[in-house]
Amino acid sequence: MLALIPLLPLAGFVVNAAIGRRLSKTVSGSLATGVMALSFVISVMQVLALTGMPAESRQIVQTLYTWIASGDFTLDLTLRLDALSGVMILVVTGIGSLIHLYSTAYMHEETDPDYARYFSYLNLFCFFMLVLVLGSNFLVMFVGWEGVGLCSYLLIGFYYEKQSASDAAKKAFIVNRIGDFAFILGVLLLIVTFNSIDFTTIALAVKQMPVEATFGTLSLATLLLFIGATGKSAQLPLYTWLPDAMEGPTPVSALIHAATMVTAGVYMIGRNALLFEHAPITMGVVATVGVVTALFAGTIGLVQNDIKRVLAYSTVSQLGYMFLAMGAGAFGAGIFHLYTHAFFKACLFLGSGAVIHALHGEQDIRHMGGLKKHLPITYWTFLIASLAISGVPFLAGFFSKDEILFETFLHGYQVLWVIGAITSLLTATYMFRLVHLTFHGDERWHGVASHEAPHLHDAPWPMAAALVVLAFGSVVAGYVNIPHAWGGHTALNQWLEPAFQATNCGQPVTTGELAGMAIENCEPGEAAEAGAHTGLELGLMAVSTLIAFGGIGLATFLWLKNRHIPDRIATQYPGVYRTLLNKYYVDEMYDAAVVQPIKVVSTEGLWRGFDVKVVDGAVIGAGYLVSGVSIVLRLLQNGSVKTYAVSTFAGVVAILAYYLWR
Amino acid sequence: MPLGHYLILSGLLFAIGTAGVFLRRNLITLLLSVEIMLNAVNLAFVAFGRQQGNVDGQIITFFVMTVAAAEAAVGLALVIGLFRHRESLNPEAFTSLKW
Repeated sequence: MLALIPLLPLAGFVVNAAIGRRLSKTVSGSLATGVMALSFVISVMQVLALTGMPAESRQIVQTLYTWIASGDFTLDLTLRLDALSGVMILVVTGIGSLIHLYSTAYMHEETDPDYARYFSYLNLFCFFMLVLVLGSNFLVMFVGWEGVGLCSYLLIGFYYEKQSASDAAKKAFIVNRIGDFAFILGVLLLIVTFNSIDFTTIALAVKQMPVEATFGTLSLATLLLFIGATGKSAQLPLYTWLPDAMEGPTPVSALIHAATMVTAGVYMIGRNALLFEHAPITMGVVATVGVVTALFAGTIGLVQNDIKRVLAYSTVSQLGYMFLAMGAGAFGAGIFHLYTHAFFKACLFLGSGAVIHALHGEQDIRHMGGLKKHLPITYWTFLIASLAISGVPFLAGFFSKDEILFETFLHGYQVLWVIGAITSLLTATYMFRLVHLTFHGDERWHGVASHEAPHLHDAPWPMAAALVVLAFGSVVAGYVNIPHAWGGHTALNQWLEPAFQATNCGQPVTTGELAGMAIENCEPGEAAEAGAHTGLELGLMAVSTLIAFGGIGLATFLWLKNRHIPDRIATQYPGVYRTLLNKYYVDEMYDAAVVQPIKVVSTEGLWRGFDVKVVDGAVIGAGYLVSGVSIVLRLLQNGSVKTYAVSTFAGVVAILAYYLWR
Repeated sequence: MPLGHYLILSGLLFAIGTAGVFLRRNLITLLLSVEIMLNAVNLAFVAFGRQQGNVDGQIITFFVMTVAAAEAAVGLALVIGLFRHRESLNPEAFTSLKW
């Protein structure tokens, strides 16, 4: 049953890849969407089955076969569903189904073969992501890990005739590869250390070990794993592929950014929470990288003009938050933010897709504006999602972001909390800059050549349905984890706790619906501690609420009421503005530091130097040697029979002499 | 007569033949010199055969004579052909078969 969850999308991929070009769009689209929906239904059933189990043994394991058996090292192809992967499969299949549904309308202008190709990739993507989250050891996870990398390459390069799209695809693949290399090294180090790469085995072994005060094996292994996560989850310094990934069709961006792929790194750290907890140095690195990435990407997002790029940088920034939570040891908060973020980010991307769709491919927000009355459904859903991501109270983003900031503060990272709060302000500002420039103000899309006389139409029903469901999710998703300060039980945290600790507190559970997931306080100490900080938590909440409204107000003031002010600021500080617009010149730095040296070494050193001079030189030199010697030797063949006779005679005499006198 | 005398004679004949091949400038003389060398070898074979007390040496000699006859026939035919071609019997005139 569990295996069906990933296998259904795989079946969809196989059918669409094999005979998709002969199927009509309706058939291939509904097939792909259908298998995802079915997979979602099964996931829900499995997770419900999970809630019915006692907390200490809350997992479903299915071993498909023994993959590797070498000496005393065995490795099974095993799928394991526990609290953590349960949340993940619901996100992947749930959001994934909606994105499939949306795509059936969004991609409708493609030809039949392209349409089928698109859906086959989409299904394959979900398959690999499900393998990633369901795998019970590092190798199965790695299959999914690499698979989503491959699929992101295929989907980003979907319009492969476009040079920029195929470049972006290659960039995504290569940058991911760098991270994956470190990830492999980390896994190998774990094999050497623990002689196993099963998550549970490692967690139980780690539990017996002391926390590493200095930099040791665990720190190294987790650091390598984290480098892998920075590649997959687009953190500094390997985030550069994600903004370029906007070259793919918009629903793909939604899929990559919300439900799959970029969450893999966060999930991986959550999966190995105990391992990371035993390496405090790595945890510090994770938190710092996360918060710096969040701030860094937030500032870039403030000045970008491409609607999808703003959202891309916002994703990088929000992922930074998740890593901040992971690094601060608040694993539950990180996964919580991952889950709420999936709703509003998918909604934002799909909304931007609807805008681009209506404007026939226009992506520059300077050529938008005033779309509110033309695209009402898109506008309202986009607005809700923007409010959610900005952290406005009672919406999903508020709960998760607050949880992260609160936990960060509580774990003693006050400096990181300040940076996180600043980023929160930036988030609200750039999101509402986007909303104002796109939907409010003047209609600046008249007279732009690409859509001279646009007959604007709001999203067709599959797109609208996906948007509405996601907007609804952006509102309510946060209520699974009501904080203590509000009299809640942080139910999601409680639910996830056993998965992070590889232990269970043995309390009997009475569960059913999501709201009923609350287990009796697993670790009373921590609960009491959290309760003791009610005042602090409420205070921090007030601060971040102020920040959110401040950011929205700032954006409204600058980009709706007084549009000349940002322009004047930009002209007054051209250096700062250009730096931000050009994304801190990071791509240029990579180009200068990595790409160009490799090009020069390859061209001048390996090609013109080694290949031409050494390899070709040896081959051609051998030819010249033979012909040079031959010039001398051919003089022996002078055509004179007598000379030959003398030579033969001399030779015979020499041979005889040798045998006679030797 | 001891074997040595035969061999000395044989060696002398062989040397004369070799010298003829190397030094003379007439293709027919060359062929004759080759015949002398072959017969020097024949003499050596027969002498060894007699000393060993068997007939092997004589049998080989017959073979050599047969081959020599065939060689003379082919060789003279070639000489006639070459002469018709170049109006010369000097082997130095036929050096165009080279690189």
